[in-house]
Parts: sequence; structure tokens; C-alpha cells
Amino acid sequence: MLKRLKNPTGYFILGGLAIFLVVQILLSAGILNNFWRGIIFWGAAITMVTLGLNLIFGFNGQFSLGQYGFYAIGAYGAADVTYRWVHEDPSGVVVVFFGLWLSLLLYALVSVLLRRFYGITVMTKFTAYLLATILAFWVAVKVLLPVLGPVTMTLLGALPEAVSQQIVFFIALLGGAGLAGIVSFIFGIPVLELGSDYFGIATLSFTIIIKVLLDNTDTLLPFPEMKGARGMIGIPQWTTWPWVFGTFMLVVVVMRNLLHSSSGRTILAVREDERAAELVGIDVNWAKILPFVMGSIFAGLAGGIRAHDMAFLHPQSFNFIQSFNPLIIVVFGGLGSMTGTILTGFIWIFLLEGLLRLYLPSGFETWRFVVYPLILLLMMLLRSEGLFGEYELPFLRRSALPLRRKVASEESEEVA
Amino acid sequence: MGKSARELARAARVDIALDRRDGVVLNRLAQGLFALLGLGVMYVLAQAFAESPAIFVQQMLNGLQLGFIYALIALGYTMIYGIVKLINFAHGDVFMVGAFTSFYVISGLDLHRWPAWLWAGLPEGVVILIGTITVILLSMVVSAFLAMAMERFAYRPLRNKPRIAALITAIGVSFFLEYFGALPFVYSNNYITYTRPFEVTVYTAGSISPWAIGGAWGLFLLSLAGYLLLKWRSRQGDLRAQSWIRHPLLQLGLLLGGFFSVVLTLAGVQIETGGEIWDLSASNVTLVIMGSSIILQVILQYVVNRTKLGKAMRAAAYDKDAARLMGINVDRVIAATFALGGGLAGAGGVLYATAFKQVHHLMGIIPGLKAFVAAVVGGIGSIPGALVGSLIMGQTEVLAAGFISTPMRDAIAFSLLIVVLLVWPQGIFGEPPGEKV
Amino acid sequence: MAGRPKGLAPEIETRPVLLEVSKLTQFFGNLRAVYDFSLTLHAGELVGLIGPNGAGKTTIFNLITGVYYPTEGSIRFRDVEIVGLPSYEIIQMGIARTFQNIRLFSDLTVLDNVLIAYHPHAGYSLLDSFRRNKRFQAKEAEMTARAQDFLAIFGLDERQNDIAGSLPYGLQRRLEIARALATRPQLLILDEPAAGMNPQEVEQLMELIHFIRERFHLTILLVEHRMQLVMNICEWMTVVDFGEIIARGQPAEVQHNAQVVEAYLGRQTVDLK
Repeated sequence: MLKRLKNPTGYFILGGLAIFLVVQILLSAGILNNFWRGIIFWGAAITMVTLGLNLIFGFNGQFSLGQYGFYAIGAYGAADVTYRWVHEDPSGVVVVFFGLWLSLLLYALVSVLLRRFYGITVMTKFTAYLLATILAFWVAVKVLLPVLGPVTMTLLGALPEAVSQQIVFFIALLGGAGLAGIVSFIFGIPVLELGSDYFGIATLSFTIIIKVLLDNTDTLLPFPEMKGARGMIGIPQWTTWPWVFGTFMLVVVVMRNLLHSSSGRTILAVREDERAAELVGIDVNWAKILPFVMGSIFAGLAGGIRAHDMAFLHPQSFNFIQSFNPLIIVVFGGLGSMTGTILTGFIWIFLLEGLLRLYLPSGFETWRFVVYPLILLLMMLLRSEGLFGEYELPFLRRSALPLRRKVASEESEEVA
Repeated sequence: MGKSARELARAARVDIALDRRDGVVLNRLAQGLFALLGLGVMYVLAQAFAESPAIFVQQMLNGLQLGFIYALIALGYTMIYGIVKLINFAHGDVFMVGAFTSFYVISGLDLHRWPAWLWAGLPEGVVILIGTITVILLSMVVSAFLAMAMERFAYRPLRNKPRIAALITAIGVSFFLEYFGALPFVYSNNYITYTRPFEVTVYTAGSISPWAIGGAWGLFLLSLAGYLLLKWRSRQGDLRAQSWIRHPLLQLGLLLGGFFSVVLTLAGVQIETGGEIWDLSASNVTLVIMGSSIILQVILQYVVNRTKLGKAMRAAAYDKDAARLMGINVDRVIAATFALGGGLAGAGGVLYATAFKQVHHLMGIIPGLKAFVAAVVGGIGSIPGALVGSLIMGQTEVLAAGFISTPMRDAIAFSLLIVVLLVWPQGIFGEPPGEKV
Repeated sequence: MAGRPKGLAPEIETRPVLLEVSKLTQFFGNLRAVYDFSLTLHAGELVGLIGPNGAGKTTIFNLITGVYYPTEGSIRFRDVEIVGLPSYEIIQMGIARTFQNIRLFSDLTVLDNVLIAYHPHAGYSLLDSFRRNKRFQAKEAEMTARAQDFLAIFGLDERQNDIAGSLPYGLQRRLEIARALATRPQLLILDEPAAGMNPQEVEQLMELIHFIRERFHLTILLVEHRMQLVMNICEWMTVVDFGEIIARGQPAEVQHNAQVVEAYLGRQTVDLK
């Protein structure tokens, strides 16, 4: 048994378990107080957002400033599901859960349909998928909700509260992440065509638009419980360390598995040379949409985690200025390095939101944003490839393959 | 060996293309849907117009003012992007510094009244005129130096590093300027009331002399006539006329005359249509913004199209290495571009502060971004594009705020970018990318 | 038949038609890049496309591979119209190409470059790669083995873990051809493969072209400036100038075609004898 663990994967599992247990014990023993608990959870959330950005920007080369928009969608989406649930309203659970699967189903149908035509423009694709989404959620709200709402309520109500709460929380996280994924998919279809710089500005615009929408959730959008610019309160505080650890590991492993697969190689190819990738037979649109949607799902997931830890959401915390944070972290950690992102993400929150906030005088607040741009400038001048460069933990590294002399020589003999 | 060849033949897939139909019908359908949406927006606007044309036109006049300020910022963005392919996020903060410079020299030094120190008896109007021009010029110089310093110390060392390094640096510089300003001993993080260099006068019917209106129309018609004449001559093959037709003075006449004649006429004439009295107004702030923005842009056009520096700039924007081989000092050209862009943004800052009567250390962010969006909408790298894009942006914002949804004004302004890029991927005046394959 | 010279060996003409380009025309604004271009390729041919700089050769390649949408004309590959299909589908149907200026994925390894081209044939789904199940492991191992064999054919197996951008120029060309072949084409389009090579490297390249043609049963269309290369290996050729065909035929005929000489050397010096 132990022998089987003596490889990068084994070390990774063991290390992860150790971290999980240590933190869990420290939390249970009360050595880490609520402040530090919040810092750890926050660090995990920011790191997930940043891993998503690294996938989009570091590995796929698409300069994005939209991560906080998707983070916000995930946070508000998940929070709304649980908020409604604790107020005896199953609509969030039903709509999000079934709407999600329904839209996935419809997307599959639309993609099959669109493949039967050639010369489809981006606008058509965008419209088709948009209509599919609208239809899916319309059906979920108008048809499924009246039927399944009471059923869900009774079914979940029959379970003990501790269990039903976990199930609802799971659906909420899934829903937040799924919504972020759906929005990024719809938004990505036209915008990813634009090329990197335009894409950056468009995603920045997206973040601003989301912030404006969140400011007006109670007036323009039909979500009075989000309370617009006053901030959403009364979100149940359900995030626990196992949830944080579980989602975090899920994100890391999924991202690693994606990058180490054939699709992962196409993602890298698009970063290297989009045109060449297309001319070796790679569907470049897909190779750009896939990481964008995955990255946004990570951000949405992180949003759900963060929302249920803070129990309070305010549009101001999803301001586009904040969306430079993951960008700065990802550049500090090294573009295209998962290890760098993970370490830098945690260190960033530990230092800026934890240590410095605790141990520096209160006037520091105003100095903070003067000092850190200067550090950033120095960093860019001295080590623009990031603190960790391309370094990866063995588990996360794409290993160099051994030569296959034996078979190769046979083959070449035959050829010669 | 034969096996792999057979495999190859089998693997090639013809089925991809079989049974495919032309997607043109679907494309038309989608376009139709979008057109319907566009028509819906048009309908809302038309309804607002029908309800009260006077208010609608008044809003458009206000949008003009905003648009011209954006134009000043957008020009810097477009030039800098054109030459170094960098989204200079700190450009909006140069604009902010311009506004603050004028704020300090006005409320601290009273510089906008300096001619009165020298010559007590000077008429008030002249004092204000010279003083204001001085303030604007001073802010432009300060902003230009700031932009040059930024380029020299932050961007130039990174020129050979990956582009992202410069982009991150730009964000860093932007944060630095914003939050350095927020420090208690600089200018605190509150909104500060701005003292205008001149008093606001609102012109309505009767308060504009017919001479001014007539003058504006005269200028416009004269330049139009000149333009048409030259156009006719150049059609005939007159090379002199072909070069004169692009003369900056002619452009100045056309733009200045055109905008002023329309605005002054609308503000100065009182008519009654359908039971509604058109009593529009235009403040002198709007006129100053329009005037100085147009003048500065024409000067810029002159610099870019007619001087050696401009030629060097265009060459460097096209191909830096080739320009260097031709003996152009690319570093100096880039510095000059930053200086020009920074100066224009500084002027924009003064005008913006004058219009909205307050300054704040974060005031540059949103106008800066909107101006960048305007530059993209117009087609990045194109100077007329920056003007047109900015005017569209100004109108969109004002009309959206006025007649569609006030809280959504920023959201609508930014979605304009996405919509325009869907229709014209390169912006309105942009050139298609000449990617070599 | 349109798009072919007369007097070619009849046994070739009995083979199936692979590519049929007819009346291809492309305008960029007012610039006429390609005009009324026709070409018919039978399976197994090796044909050259030559012409002075700016004659529109690369544009023709870009049209065939779907980079541009032609103003007019049709391109049929294995009896299927491919105008309007996205590039990657055209490639997957069996046309591969290389670039005038080498475009490798230069920060990735040599092996990765080839594996990327194998992607459409990976044989496992995204879900498999998340789960890393048996199917994933098996297919991934198979793909890697095949890519390594492939590199061995091109003599690149020793350098499979090197970064592609760090290879010497000649090997980069080789790798680019290997990558193109990894897409399993039937038609290979080479855009100035000998650009920037010394005579010795050109010699090796010619061998390589002959070799892959036999080995993979390819039809090859190539653009080249080096007359030495074209004359030596092509069975027949088409000459374009200003986007139009000015001559076609076997190397020897074309060499003495007055119009061709004029296009290359200018009108004044038409006096070869």
C-alpha cells in the first residue's frame, strides 16, 4: 500500500490529507480563530478564481479581466439558492438545478443542429445558444417549478436537516458555478473571436456591467432579496473546511487533468500560435471556449464558497478594480504555473488581508495601494516571469516522456 | 509500413462535409433578431423624441460635451496603442492629474487671472480668456511630462519583455497614481469642489448674438465651399488641390463651423412646434469644451499628418524595427507620442473638471475606460475614429441615461463595445488586421 | 480536363481526382490577388506552383485551406465542396500544410507539437480526461507511442523532449512537415519548404519529400522559388503571375516558355539562346 503511494500522485494525496487534517484539528481546537478561518477560506476562494484566470490567460493566452464578474455571478447565484431555501422557498434549488441540466441538453441539441450547416456566423451561433438558454430557464421557471417545487420541498424536508442542508448547499455551489459557466459560454462565443487585447477590454466591460446589474438587482432585476446596492444579507453561513478543501482540490485536480490531456495540449497550442493550431486541424473556437468556461466555473465555485462564508455580499466587493487582483496574483506567481498561482494566492491573502491588517497601524490602509504598485513595478522590472516561473509540483508537472528506442528502431529499420 | 498508409487513408474524414447545408438562412434569421432588437431601441428613442423633441435634442447637446471630452482622452489611447500596442491603463490617471493641476493653480495661485496682475485695467473677458488658456496649457504640459516620465521609467525598460509585463506595469502605475493621490498629504480621498476658471453662462434664445450664429454658419459654409471646390479641382487631376484638401485649416473650419453653427442655432433660436416651445440652452462650458477639443484635435492631425515627427510616428507604428533601420529614433518618437497623448488627456481633465465642478483621485478611471472603449469602437489606431467613437459614446451614454435606464448608463455604454465589435470587429475606422499566413 | 496541362503520362490520369480547384478568384478590396485559377490534382501527383513574388501563390494555398473565403470559384476535395468550411475541418478531411515562415508551437516540446496534430484522433472524451480512466490511459499511451514512432521516421526521436523553438532551422522545417503529416493528410501543401536553406539542406529536403510521398501515399502541391528543387522533383507545374495562370506543363516545357521567362526576368532580357 505504501509503495503504491511513492509517486507524485501519492505524495500529493498524502500532502493534501495532512494539510486537511492539520487545519481541521487547528480549527476544532480553536487555535485558529474566526479571523484566520476567514483568511484561509478567502485565500482558497481567491486562489480558485486565480487558477481559473491562469487557465484562461496563462495557459490559453486570452487576456481576461472578467474573473470577478463570474466570481460575482457564482456568489450571488449560490447565495440566492440557499437564501430562498432557508426562507422556505425551493424555487432556487429547482430552477438552478433543472435549468442547468436542461440548458446543457439544449446546448447539445443546438450544437448537433448547427453542425449540419456551414458558413454559420458568430452572431448566429451566439443567438442560437442564447435562445436555448432562455428557453431552458423559461421552462424551468414556468413548467418545472410549479410541478417539482412542492415535490422537492417534501423530499428534502423528509431528510434530517443536517443532510438536506448539505444537499442544498451542494446544489447551490453547483448552481453558482453552472451559472457562471453558462454566462461565460454565451459571452465567450462572440467575444473570444476578438483576439487578446479586445477580449481583455470586453471582459473588463463585462465585469463593469455585472457590477451595475448587481447594484440594481432589486429595481431592474427581479431579485428583491439581493437588495441591490445595499448588499445582500441573511445568507446562511454554511461553508466549512471540508467543503473549502473539497472544492479546492476538485479545482486543482480537474484543471491538472484537463491540462494533461489532449484537449489541454490544444489549449497550449492556441496560446502558442492560434493560426497554426487551426491549420493542424484543431477547432480553435472550442479550444478557447473550453478553458474560458472552465475558468469561469472555477470562479463561480469560489464565489459560492466565499458567499457562504461571509454571509454578506456587496456589489462593491466585485468592482472591476478588484478584478485586477487575480491578474496581479497570476503574474506574480508566474503565468502558466499552477503551483505559483496556488502559493501566491494564499500568500497574497495571508499577507495583505491577514498579517498586515493585524500588525500594522491603521494608517496603513491608505498606503497599501501606494506600496503594492511599486512592488509590482519592481517585480516586472526584475523578474517578469513571476516568482515561481514555470516551476510546478511533480504532481502538476507535465512530465517529459522517456524515449522509446526499442519500437522506434524497429520501425525505422522497416522504413530504411 | 503499408498498414499505416492504409490507416491514413481510412482516417481522413470526408463525412465532415457531407450533408451540410448553407447556413445563410440561419444567419439571416439571427441578423433579423438583432435588427429587431435594434429597432426596439430605436423605437424607445423615437418615442422619447416624439414626446418631447426639445428635451431629446437638449440631451444630445449634453452628450456632445461628454463626447468631446472622451475624444481628448481617446486620442491618447489610440495613439499609444497604435505605436506600442499597449493598453495604457494609466492614461485615465494622467487625465486626473491634469484636472488636479488646474485645480491647484486655480484655487491656490489664482493663475486663471494672471493677466489682471500685470495690467489692472484689462477687460474681464480678455483676462479670463488668456488665463483659461494658460491654465489649460499648463495642465497639458504637466500631464505631458507625467506621461513621458511614465514611459521613460515604467514602460521603456520593459520594451523587450513580453507584452503582458508592460500591461501589468500600466495597471501598477495606474494604481500608484490613484492611491498616491489619496494619501492624506496629497489630496485626500474626498470629492473636492473645483473652482472653474470662468463663470458659467447659459446661453438661450436671445442671449446669443445673431452675429455669432451667422459667423459660425459663415465659417462652416465657407470651408464647405472651399472643400467642394478643392474636391472638384482634385477630381480634375489638380495635385495641389489634392494636398490642400487635407489641410488642417480646412478641417478646422469644417469641424468648428459645423458643430458651432448647429449648436448655436439650436440654442439661440426659439421656435414652436406642435405646441412645444424649443427653448434649448448651451452653456459656455460646452462651447469651450467643443472648441478646444476640436482645435487640439486638428493640431494633432496636423502633427501626425504633416510633420516629420508625425511621419516618424506613423512609421514606428507600422514597423518599429524597419523605422529604426531608417534612422528614426524610435524611443524618442514613442516618448513624443506619450507626451502628445498625455497633453491631450490633461486638457481633457481640465475641461471635465470644469464641466462637472469636482475633482477626485479616482475620477480618471471610468472616463478613461469609456474613452478607451470609444477608441476601440472608432477603430483603434485611427485618429478620426477616436473622435467619431467618442461622439458615439457620449451620445449613447446620455441617451441611455435619459431615455432607457438611468442606473444602467454605464452598463449600456460598455455593452456598446461588445455590440459594435460584433458588427465591425475592427471598429468603425479600423483597418483589418493584415495577418500573414 | 480543366486545370491540367496536356501530354501527361496517361496512367496518372486514370487515378481518382483528389483536388479540383476551378475558377478561383479572390479580391482584397480592389486588389486582384487570384483570378480564374484552376487546378486538378490526381491522387499521387507531385505538382509545383511557381511564380514571382506576390503572384498570389500563398493566397491560393490560403484559399484551399479555408483561411480566406474566396470571392468566387469552387474547391472540391475528394468530390466534396470545401469552400465555406472552417480551416480545421478542411485539415481533418485530409489536407495538411506547412507555412512559409515556420510556425511551430515554439514553447512546447517536439513531441507535444506532433501530439497536438493528433488531437482529432485522440479517441477519448473530455470526461475521460477528467476521470483519467482506463480508456484515457490506453489512448494516451497509444497516441504517444505513435507520435514517437513518427518522430523516429523523421529522425527527431532523440529530441522529443526539446523545446521546438530551440531546434536548428533545418530540423524545425522537418518538424513542421512531421506535424503536418501527423494530421493524416492525403494532400500535403508545402509553402516554400526550402526557404532559407543551404544547398545541402535542400538536397536533404528533396530526399525527404520523395520519401514521405512514398511512405504516406501522398499527393503533394508545393510552392517554391528554388528552381533547382521544383525542376527536380515536380511532375508538372503551374506558373502564376498577378494571380493568373500564365503557363503549365512539365518542367522542361515551362522552363522555355517565353511568358514565364518574362515574368521572372522581365521583358527586356528574353534571349536565352
